[in-house]
Amino acid sequence: MPHVTFIEHNGTAHTVEAVIGKSLMEAAVDNSVPGIDADCGGACACATCHVFVAPEWEAKTGTRNEAEVAMLNFAAEVKPNSRLSCQIEITAAHDGLVVHMPDGQH
Amino acid sequence: MAETDRVIIVGAGHGGGAVAATLRQYGFKGTIMVIGTEPLAPYQRPPLSKAWLKGEADAASLALRPPAFYAKANIDLRLATTVTAIDTGAKTVATDTGDTFGYDWLILATGARARRLPIPGMELAGVLELRSAADADQLKAALGPGKRLAVVGGGYIGLEAAASATALGATVTVIERENRVLARVASVELSEAYQVAHRRRGVVIELSAQVAALEGVDGRITGVRLGDGRLIACDVALVGVGAVANIELAQAAGITCDLGITVDLAARTSDPSVFAIGDCTWRPLPHYGRDFRLESVPNALEQARQAAASICGRALAAPEVPWFWSDQFDLKLQIVGLNFGATHTVVRGDPATESFAVFHMTDDNHLRAVEAVNMADAFMAGRLLIAKDRKLAPAQICDMSVAMKDLTV
Repeated sequence: MPHVTFIEHNGTAHTVEAVIGKSLMEAAVDNSVPGIDADCGGACACATCHVFVAPEWEAKTGTRNEAEVAMLNFAAEVKPNSRLSCQIEITAAHDGLVVHMPDGQH
Repeated sequence: MAETDRVIIVGAGHGGGAVAATLRQYGFKGTIMVIGTEPLAPYQRPPLSKAWLKGEADAASLALRPPAFYAKANIDLRLATTVTAIDTGAKTVATDTGDTFGYDWLILATGARARRLPIPGMELAGVLELRSAADADQLKAALGPGKRLAVVGGGYIGLEAAASATALGATVTVIERENRVLARVASVELSEAYQVAHRRRGVVIELSAQVAALEGVDGRITGVRLGDGRLIACDVALVGVGAVANIELAQAAGITCDLGITVDLAARTSDPSVFAIGDCTWRPLPHYGRDFRLESVPNALEQARQAAASICGRALAAPEVPWFWSDQFDLKLQIVGLNFGATHTVVRGDPATESFAVFHMTDDNHLRAVEAVNMADAFMAGRLLIAKDRKLAPAQICDMSVAMKDLTV
């Protein structure tokens, strides 16, 4: 199974096992990674699973969908590499993926 | 908070599971016991009327946390167990398994139950409600191509189930007492758009329709008899006519209740050792200057954070503006705020395109609520604007050439 790393705003790294076919958000929640709230459970309705994808991984995590762009436009600290982690489906190609998290999701 | 503190959480739903996890995330070192009536570990209810019903989600994806989480986090899950009494003096709870457990902090996450209709036939086989995974399994088993579903009540659960059942090939009739669907919970503009959207996709909607009785043969439902004498024939009926907060346990313990268990903005009840979170609470709405009962996951999660922060001695986060979502067909509805104090509405976009938003404004154009359909930026902008209590120019809201983002700066 692919390993992915979430890095908290304070620099603490959490490397966890992700499940192929599930979302990046679920990898965080299933492993109790602090900093991914995911209040809506993956419905792309709340923007509380915001992450920054490391530049070398942007090609492999795909592009943002329309609803995601609209939600992210209003998230705190939004950057060009911002994504909602509930919208990234884990594949075998994501082994080693690194994402950073904002200071807070609310 | 002391390292020997004992927390008991009554209710193993979304709120109960979340507050247990949040306590650990906030560094709570004492014992945590979660006692729940259902046989399942905490799971997400919103998908029950959507992805779960359509067979697009499995039990593992429904679970709030993977099974191994609870042992790892040292959370003692007591499932298929019901708390029967609270003694706030002795600080104990009694269960139907004959046990008594002591607590230092008690968190009530008892949820709400489906309102029952006082009409004949409610006991027939095939008359279902939709609150739990067990309910959803029964409904799912009864649906499929050619099956006829009668939905009594045009609220969110009924309409979401209608959409999912239609996707499964069932024929659906929604029966609503009021003259529009979502009458209690949405604006006229939204109700009309949802009626059009459902009818366009094949759902039959009966408005201003009284239900006289549920009729059956050999103990099994065959139809819904309306007040005007007509019979809506069906194989299965879903009754979704609102929910009632489970407050009896708190009331019996002498804890102050209104339409829910009365709490403050720290989720604390009238007993300083007892908190309450989620659908069962009667809570302040600081943005609206009144108390209310909310039925939503975001509300349960906000109050879970409040209770956990209070117990762990952390600062409370700023109160959120209440929000909700509902997925029906390809319509993504996001609502932020409540229309208390609103006197007029302004619509952005064209409802006929199924991408629009209804802005609810006060007399002097302060924003109180936004109902957004396939228009996420209007929802997100509304969240910020209501929190800041900002004034808006109606002409700007209607003008699609003005970006929502620009209204928030």
